[in-house]
Amino acid sequence: MAVDTEPGEHPDETEDTGDIAERPEPAGPVEPEPVAAVFTRGRVIAFVVALVVLAGVGVGYTLHAVKREDDKRYGGSGTAPGAAPLTLAGPRRLLFRSTESGPGYGHLATVAAADPGGARQVGDRTCDRVYAANGTALCLTVERGVIARNYALILDGTLHEVRRIELSGTPNRARLSASGRMASWTVFVYGDSYAASSFSTRTSILDTRTGDLVESLEDFAVTRDGKDVRTPDRNFWGVTFAADDNTFYATMSTANPTRTYLVRGDLKARSAVVLRDNVECPSLSPDGTRLVFKKKVSDDPRKPWRLNVLDLASGQETPLAETRSVDDQAIWLDDAAVAYDLPTGSGAGSDVWSVPADGGGAPTRLIAGAFSPAPLR
Amino acid sequence: MYLSSSRSQDTATGIGRTGPRTGAAITGNVIALGLVSLVTDISSEMVTAVMPVYLVAGLGLSILQFGFLDGLYSGVTVFLRLAGGHIADRFAARKTVAATGYGLSAVSKLGFPAVGASVPGIGTLLAVDRAGKGLRTAPRDALISLSSTPEAQGRAFGVHRALDTVGAFTGPLIAFMILSAVATAYDAVFVVSFCVGMVGLLMMVLFVRDRPTPAGESARTAASWRAGARLLRDAPFRRLCLCAALLGVATVSDAFVYLVLQRKLDIAAHWFPLLPLGTTGTYLLLAIPAGRLADRWGRRRMFLAGHAALGGVYMLLAGPFDGLALLVPTLMLHGVFYAMTDGVLMAAAGAGLPPALRTSGLAVLQTGQAAGRFVSSVAFGAAWTRWGPERAVVWSGAALACAVAVSLVVMGGARLRGR
Repeated sequence: MAVDTEPGEHPDETEDTGDIAERPEPAGPVEPEPVAAVFTRGRVIAFVVALVVLAGVGVGYTLHAVKREDDKRYGGSGTAPGAAPLTLAGPRRLLFRSTESGPGYGHLATVAAADPGGARQVGDRTCDRVYAANGTALCLTVERGVIARNYALILDGTLHEVRRIELSGTPNRARLSASGRMASWTVFVYGDSYAASSFSTRTSILDTRTGDLVESLEDFAVTRDGKDVRTPDRNFWGVTFAADDNTFYATMSTANPTRTYLVRGDLKARSAVVLRDNVECPSLSPDGTRLVFKKKVSDDPRKPWRLNVLDLASGQETPLAETRSVDDQAIWLDDAAVAYDLPTGSGAGSDVWSVPADGGGAPTRLIAGAFSPAPLR
Repeated sequence: MYLSSSRSQDTATGIGRTGPRTGAAITGNVIALGLVSLVTDISSEMVTAVMPVYLVAGLGLSILQFGFLDGLYSGVTVFLRLAGGHIADRFAARKTVAATGYGLSAVSKLGFPAVGASVPGIGTLLAVDRAGKGLRTAPRDALISLSSTPEAQGRAFGVHRALDTVGAFTGPLIAFMILSAVATAYDAVFVVSFCVGMVGLLMMVLFVRDRPTPAGESARTAASWRAGARLLRDAPFRRLCLCAALLGVATVSDAFVYLVLQRKLDIAAHWFPLLPLGTTGTYLLLAIPAGRLADRWGRRRMFLAGHAALGGVYMLLAGPFDGLALLVPTLMLHGVFYAMTDGVLMAAAGAGLPPALRTSGLAVLQTGQAAGRFVSSVAFGAAWTRWGPERAVVWSGAALACAVAVSLVVMGGARLRGR
């Protein structure tokens, strides 16, 4: 484009290949005449024409992108938010964020646990990630605007907001204890380090009964084999709570060396111990005996993880039948099966899949057009 | 608006040429280069602003393994800066090398929608963008220097940096406005950034004129590698490079300054991206006056004195102040520091370097300063994690005091006034 519109030559820019100057000019005020710019009529016209073309391309593409995104999300014939309000009470269901293209995109929705492929009920509230337990929901949401603001919302059984906490980064993981009392979330924080394009995570735990907030698990004392882990560049993500509302499991990573660990934390004591290597996004089974987690199995950034189940008593790991790489904190549908989301492949959509927790069977698609599932028991 | 101001500036050039005593007219070339930087900065700041969200959305948790690629790119940039400076001098092709740099950065923006969520793809594009920046900086500064009289170097760089900063100011705002309109259609931001980058490139190609090689001078010979290396035998230039590197080691990177502020003030996360605007705004207002003052008062002296402002920033960060009494003066002094040092350093070196080697010289100087700042980042990061932000700032202040003291001795009191 630049070449086409450049008229004329640079008569001044001929290179002199003639005689040889033996040494560089001496430093000092031997200064040739300063150089002026070229503002010829032809060039100005060429520039204005190019400016108009480029402005047209920029504006046109932006309008196209807006329409494309709108169509992708809202253009389909997916279920619309219904007249009846969505609640957490009632028969066994699955709660999720609907990613079905249509008027309900991004809204919370439920399907019957017995018939997850059946009709969905879509509510009014929108969340980017959600979890629910025992009549309480945790909703991580991004309020877009000139500056995007991120919030964690605690919702009651009718999905009304009871508490709002501003987040310091982009939402990533959300989990509640089975009683619904303890809430935890993980966000991405950008630029916490000296290398300009570095990311870190920050994981918080909120006691919804007392309002006590642990802003970052990085403040907890962590021991490994009885010794303090002093590495300051620790990151935590993916908390899952035990039934006592005090014990939790989470991922801890260290940058040097680049490792991930499973830690078991004690909220009251503000401490944690390292249990083993290479465990990310653990999720505790309802009976409290096993963790489903993602294990790093490859350095290929397109498919680094494989879902595994860890038996806490024996320490035995069992790879699950899902061979695709899952970047999610899986949930337990019951003591025999787990569920997780995977991108649909194209568009803004994702599907919720399920696989048996014993390593057998095969993955099945549970809900099409759904993200961030949570069982309503 | 652009055209009329440029034209009037261009006609003013004649006055500048005939009256170098009063000084100091700014040639159309400097204005044009400033506008190129302004537009290019809008283009790159747009991408910088959305990159974190874009990477998180596309890569999920796997981005945690992303940061360490950074160090590698810095090495590539250093090499390209030196090589670009040499080539620009050797073939008297400052404009071509700079335009190549602007072009590389512009084209890299289009690559992002194409590579999607591929980590090696994104890494390559970030490297290409930085390569472009590494290539263009020294020849651009050499062009600014060559487009101005020796007496007006400080003012010329002041004008250029002021325009440049306008771009840094508006870029993120435009990006966030586009994003609020298109939600997650990041490709729109990249395409607009590409278009804006092309406008900058076109302005460079169409309106900026390189310095013609004077008759009887062969750039190719004058600008051999050996001649470039010989520059460092010139004592004032060598001392300036040494001091710039040394002071660079004691200069805490912007990101850390804002992080310390955020921690002390407990600033809500969504305001954090606005902190740099405080520095940029002050820099924008003071760049030209600081440049003029430097021309009169001595550029080296000004460059050193600017580090007193940085010392003030450290004192505020380590001191007992809180709230607006901390925030406002810190950001203002940070802007004063940039106004007194950034363009002023180039101006201090520019007029003393032989025209045929000016790009190489500026590239060496910038590399020295960048190396110093890289050391500073690593050291400050380590000090922060070990002792916490307050003590890290105190140590930086001590390092700065030493660096300034050494620089005073190295540059020498009398010499500070020269050039």
